[in-house]
Amino acid sequence: MNLVESIRIAIRALNANKVRSALTMLGVIIGVAAVILLVAIGTGVQEEVTGSIEGLGSNLIFAFPGNVEEGGGGGFSVTKQFTLEDVTLLERRLGTSDEVVPIIQSPATLKVGSRELRTTIAAANEHADEVFTSTYLGGRGYRRSEVAASARVIVIGSKVKDKLFSNTDPVGKKLDVNGQQFTVIGHIAAQGGSLTGDQDNQVYMPVTTAQRLLGTKDIGAIVVRAEDPRSVDMLRLRMQQILRPKFGDEFSVFTQEETLGILTQLLGTLTFMLAGIAGISLLVGGIGIMNIMLVSVSERTREIGIRKAVGAKTYDIMSQFVIEAVVLSIAGGAVGIALGWGGSAALRQWVPTEVTWWAVALAFFFSAAVGIFFGVYPAYRASRLDPIDALRYE
Amino acid sequence: MVERFGEAAKSTSCPEEARVVLEARGVTKRYDLEGITVHALCGVDLEVCEAQMLAVMGPSGSGKSTLMHIIGLLDHPTDGNVVVEGEDVSRMAPNDLAAVRNKRIGFVFQSFNLLPRTTALSNVELPLIYAGIPMLKRTKLARESLERVGLGDRLGHFSSQLSGGQQQRVAIARALVTKPSIVLADEPTGNLDSRSGIEVMSVLQEFNRQGVTIVVVTHDAVVARHAERIVHLKDGCVVHDELVKDRTIAEDKMRELEAEEASGFPESQDASGATRA
Repeated sequence: MNLVESIRIAIRALNANKVRSALTMLGVIIGVAAVILLVAIGTGVQEEVTGSIEGLGSNLIFAFPGNVEEGGGGGFSVTKQFTLEDVTLLERRLGTSDEVVPIIQSPATLKVGSRELRTTIAAANEHADEVFTSTYLGGRGYRRSEVAASARVIVIGSKVKDKLFSNTDPVGKKLDVNGQQFTVIGHIAAQGGSLTGDQDNQVYMPVTTAQRLLGTKDIGAIVVRAEDPRSVDMLRLRMQQILRPKFGDEFSVFTQEETLGILTQLLGTLTFMLAGIAGISLLVGGIGIMNIMLVSVSERTREIGIRKAVGAKTYDIMSQFVIEAVVLSIAGGAVGIALGWGGSAALRQWVPTEVTWWAVALAFFFSAAVGIFFGVYPAYRASRLDPIDALRYE
Repeated sequence: MVERFGEAAKSTSCPEEARVVLEARGVTKRYDLEGITVHALCGVDLEVCEAQMLAVMGPSGSGKSTLMHIIGLLDHPTDGNVVVEGEDVSRMAPNDLAAVRNKRIGFVFQSFNLLPRTTALSNVELPLIYAGIPMLKRTKLARESLERVGLGDRLGHFSSQLSGGQQQRVAIARALVTKPSIVLADEPTGNLDSRSGIEVMSVLQEFNRQGVTIVVVTHDAVVARHAERIVHLKDGCVVHDELVKDRTIAEDKMRELEAEEASGFPESQDASGATRA
């Protein structure tokens, strides 16, 4: 009996038992789709987050008050905060070509006429636009003179613009921040999310203005951009040397690479966790396949007996069951891949997803292997029965 | 009858010129059931002659089914040999036995043993598939075989859509489609009503007339009397071997039955009248 004949017999047998075939395939389908989907979500989130960090600009070094490694940081428990003096100190001691940017972030309420909006202030100095690479859709950024004078000027993100000014040009308009009046001087193109929250939902103002508005002399963080990417590590050491006399160990310095590395590691763990969950569902699917296969082979022992009685050889029986299992697993795997892929495309509206080939391959081959193994092993045993024992089987 | 007991163990009732198609030589079968040895067959010698219709008869537990399974190469004898068309097949490998069953032996079982959810045509094609016959020729042979048992109009029906008698005729068509040397029928009428039983026996007798060798295994003396020769089995041994003098012809009984139905049974009319009232 040739292969074509075996395939025909297998397909006819599958067709004769549609419900059982569909149930077996369901195990494969769910397993494959779950793995592809969950890994796609993990990968998608990871890529979006790393993308937005990279989008911050390049060659950045971040200095935070408090010792992050000893569990400090975060602002409240920190004893010594950075001030603008530290910024000046860094500017003076570092190379002139490296830009030093103080950062303050704080929640605030915006008001235009009767419209109110809760948002975040991000304050910095005149270098912010170069360091964080923002694109202006209208107007301009604040200038050095405005920083020096703590001018009440403000730049708004795209969502703030949409919510407060809808279709009108905001440049030159008045805007209340925590009850104080500001003039809008520019608005920025949409950038997407970032480490520090949704950049499009923020407003930007000079650091000195923010200090006055919030009634503080502290600043949240200092960002330094290295002119030359190769000097990042050296610059980081210099910053530590400069800040140590005043702050001792009560500060932390990260390069952008390190931040990215920590996050990538964190999100990689998340992806593997999701893959683990998906793996369990694959395993459960596999057990389902196994059950159906074992039941179907013992249910079909009599059929095997009939086939042997009319002249089927051991390998005829084997090849029929192997082909049945292969057809079921491949068909189920293909449907599962289609579902997983389609599902990740559909989910993209809410969650970033990214289908990875290794998840597809892993899921497919695992379920195919389970289906084939558990289809073939009982068939192998059944094919070696004496025909009379198979026929007598009830 | 009784005086033949001694020599009956060796059955040599073939006419002079007839060839021996299948032969059992000293076939014994023992089972070990939880330490107790059961002798199912005690050294059976049997020759089946070409074109003969033979009945193996005995009460249940006499070993007649075991004997059929062994001469049908579905089961192995503990001792002794089975010779098919002059070839000793007792020590063959399972796959070679499958080939011999495929080519030389057709089976008709009490419970039909058709593939479920499969058409009559596909069921009959089954042995041809394993014989490696190409599809077109296969379909043609299977159709012819079904036509010969009077089911030419039921080719695409599933087994579940056929009556018991029709299913058994599909099984007969399957047994005959490879033109085997011998057809083994194990209680072929056991699961059928008497009318379907007569039909099936009639089909078997018709094929026998055309030269097919048939062995019918049965506990029923009425069924056995359709054969030309009856071998009686008791406790695993051949106790008697006789030629049937006044053989039942199933076709005659069919005709009688039809005549009765045409004239009508007075009792059955009463019965139906009673239910109507």
